[in-house]
Amino acid sequence: MTYRVHVRVMPRTGLLDPQGQAVEHALTALGFDGTGDVRIGRAIELDVRAGTADEAAERARQMCDRLLANPVTEDYELQVETPA
Amino acid sequence: MTRVAVVQFPGSNCDMDALRAAEAVGADATLVWHRDTSLGGADVVLLPGGFSYGDYLRSGAIARFSPIMAAVQRHAAAGGPVLGICNGFQILCEAHLLPGALMRNAGLTFVSRPVPVIVERAATPFTSAYAAGTLLQLPVAHGDGRFAATDDVARMLEAEGRVVLRYAKGDPAAPPGNPNGSANDIAGICSAEGNVVGIMPHPERVISQLLGSDDGLGFFTSFMTTAGTAAA
Repeated sequence: MTYRVHVRVMPRTGLLDPQGQAVEHALTALGFDGTGDVRIGRAIELDVRAGTADEAAERARQMCDRLLANPVTEDYELQVETPA
Repeated sequence: MTRVAVVQFPGSNCDMDALRAAEAVGADATLVWHRDTSLGGADVVLLPGGFSYGDYLRSGAIARFSPIMAAVQRHAAAGGPVLGICNGFQILCEAHLLPGALMRNAGLTFVSRPVPVIVERAATPFTSAYAAGTLLQLPVAHGDGRFAATDDVARMLEAEGRVVLRYAKGDPAAPPGNPNGSANDIAGICSAEGNVVGIMPHPERVISQLLGSDDGLGFFTSFMTTAGTAAA
């Protein structure tokens, strides 16, 4: 079975996110009052062939630990789409 | 004769400068392609600056899985000297040969200018030619140079004397030292044993008065005197 996996990688809370800050300033400049704590991460989607959704999630987790996220600076979440 | 391998990744762009710098101090320097699996018996390994794999995903994240990196890991584990400059430093962190990570500059801009740095540690194969406390002017050229580490790791680096280079204030008329928001003004660190060194500044760009300065030459003369014993 092929599972579509959605990975969301975010800079770890507490670490300076200059991109988020710059976008926050731009939003404020555009008149979007009350905007705060903008943080910018990365979304990755991929197909994973596996026997079960759990197996697909486990493989995706290994991909995150080894390559897709940096354990020093980033946290990740993943979601496995159930095939239609 | 001291043999130096300069690893060339797709997107390296300071490889020839590093090669020339090694040659300038009399080393037998060769380029090693990232797909090679052997360092060809090199005593010293240089990972040059540039934008390996276009900095895709994260700087250094993909290069660190290049076939040659297994040989670099073995060389480092055996106590062999390894110097990562700029992108090379990023690759060493991604490869867990050095702790921490290099993140987007705090100011978001790509910074390309000479900065004052202090040699904090002379006891490495790449800084032994300097006295600790020496102030150098070295060029930086990076967008992802903000050294980040957990508080525990930062404390450990300080306690173990593993900060090799630190951004300094320098001339009061010049812009402030830390160009990227690095933790503790860190510009370069080393492994616990001191043989693996990563630095953001580019000493290979300032190895002769013809280039305006030879402040960086010591990084290369250093390993000419220490590499023989380290590799033996």
